[in-house]
Amino acid sequence: MRNRQATQLIFELSRPGRRAVRLPECDVPEQPLEELVPSRHLAGEPPPLPEVTEPEVVRHFTNLSTLNMSVDTHFYPLGSCTMKYNPKRNEAMASLPGIVDLHPYQPDETAQGMLALLFALQEMLAEISGLPAVSLQPAAGAHGELTALMVAAAHFRNRGEERPRVLVPDSAHGTNPASAKMAGMQAITVRSTSDGFVDLEDLEEKLDERVAVFMMTNPNTLGRFDGQIVRIAELVHERGGLIYLDGANMNAILGKTRPGDFGADMMHFNPHKTFSGPHGGGGPGAGPICVTRELDPYLPRPIVRSDGERYWLEHSSERSIGRVRSFFGNVGVLVRAYCYILSYGGEGLRRVAEHAVLNANYLLSRVKHFLPVPQGDRCMHEFVASATPLKQQKGLKQPAMDVAKRLLDFGFHAPTVYFPLTVPEAMMIEPTETESRETLDAFAQTLFRITDEPAELLREAPHTTWISRPDEVRAARQPVLKWEPTRDATGDAQR
Amino acid sequence: MATFDPETLLYDETHEWVHLEEEGGAKVATVGITDFAVEQLTDLTFMELPSVGAEVRAGEEFGEVESVKAVSPLYSPVTGEVVAVNEGLPDRLEVLSQDPFGEGWLIKVRITDESSLANLMDYAAYRKQCEGEA
Repeated sequence: MRNRQATQLIFELSRPGRRAVRLPECDVPEQPLEELVPSRHLAGEPPPLPEVTEPEVVRHFTNLSTLNMSVDTHFYPLGSCTMKYNPKRNEAMASLPGIVDLHPYQPDETAQGMLALLFALQEMLAEISGLPAVSLQPAAGAHGELTALMVAAAHFRNRGEERPRVLVPDSAHGTNPASAKMAGMQAITVRSTSDGFVDLEDLEEKLDERVAVFMMTNPNTLGRFDGQIVRIAELVHERGGLIYLDGANMNAILGKTRPGDFGADMMHFNPHKTFSGPHGGGGPGAGPICVTRELDPYLPRPIVRSDGERYWLEHSSERSIGRVRSFFGNVGVLVRAYCYILSYGGEGLRRVAEHAVLNANYLLSRVKHFLPVPQGDRCMHEFVASATPLKQQKGLKQPAMDVAKRLLDFGFHAPTVYFPLTVPEAMMIEPTETESRETLDAFAQTLFRITDEPAELLREAPHTTWISRPDEVRAARQPVLKWEPTRDATGDAQR
Repeated sequence: MATFDPETLLYDETHEWVHLEEEGGAKVATVGITDFAVEQLTDLTFMELPSVGAEVRAGEEFGEVESVKAVSPLYSPVTGEVVAVNEGLPDRLEVLSQDPFGEGWLIKVRITDESSLANLMDYAAYRKQCEGEA
């Protein structure tokens, strides 16, 4: 049974005077705060923190955590996110005292182990990407995109070229045009063909000396490898531009092909996707980038260098864009990625990609009979089905959303919906390599069963979750981001 | 603003509509998005429109609209200068859902290059395209 008391807002659980921790009496003379801190820096009253006991705190958060779905509890085919299992050994390694107790201000000589680890990770990412220069600093995939675009901008500035434009296919992740804008550039959309590949004619039309970078995801967000990539890279390079590879889908090609070999000049990795670092609540993320030797001087510093015996942080480079993150970035998730890569080894990573692609194709072959997959019979690590037929069959207005919500009732996390934008009523399904055939079968059967259910059941789903359908329009237009006490008729705050 | 009769308007394939009128020797286009587009987008949450004076080009983005499903670019069906913007609309997006061919208009553009007008569809051709997409 659900404990509905414990999952009220923690501010509503608060009662004056309750404490989880009671500190001992102070054994040194107290000094008034006003004498220690200038009054202009003091708040008028203490912050209204919730006052709760330890069991209340524990029950509150433990019960909340059970309302959520996670990779540890559910199949999570959220396309483009590579929700693979996060091996617990990586957590154990990242929690070793020698790793967590390091201080970022320690001199390099006293942190040789960590520097050796990060240096090895730089080398591993360089080998996997086929791009020799690596920065581990960016704190997320999108941050990696932004950093790489800043590197590209510095490169063109150095050459005296003015290139304010970035080309992005219409199937791209939304972060691509957003990163371009953040970097002060203008994003221009390149159309896809009906097969989901880059429309070369449209690309050539938009490709001129104003274009700095063509950002491409390959395999793309439709789960297909764009075999035109070598031709695309030739076209872009002929006109002096650079190719950026969005590495979100690297899980499909690990050890099979390398972005540096098929023409990319820059890319990022998502360690939380490809290398099983946990998503979200597992801690801050990372988005390391790899670039060509030519772009190395512009990478953010510091970078770990080695002479084969000693390791040190190289802090300066005349042409570097500078720091993009405090200290060395989010080292915890980098340690997990290192452990993951080392556990699998080269051959193992290749098999990761093979099994990810096999699982996706197996699921595709089971789903396409009742949910059309417009872009073909084969896929890489994910595929995009369309729920459009359910519009007419059942009179549903937003069938992809309804099916996604209904899946929750059966204990499956929903796929990504309404992305990419090029497929109407898109359902983007990525099973990853860590799922068994039984899980894939159960998911396909459930999906089929849902498409056969009456419209009313779908329209009002989910029926078994605590909250069914939040008011998404109000949440987007009038977000309430801050708790405030409700006041009763006398004006007294109610807790 | 009165609601236009959809049968009298011109359309582009990205679901914008155009109403043309003569004003001081130049053609001025009122631009909006169609009922079909609004229905496809479902519940709208956000809209960004250009400022008066901005240059727009046929086929290029002039703003964006966001719904609970996705963010979609708004493509200009004409080339010219923005001379009016439906300023209050982003704060009252329900108006766009209720009256896409009238109160839900987006921008008015003084056309500087009429060549792109030849690419626009009439009502019958646009309806046919929508049937193909539904």
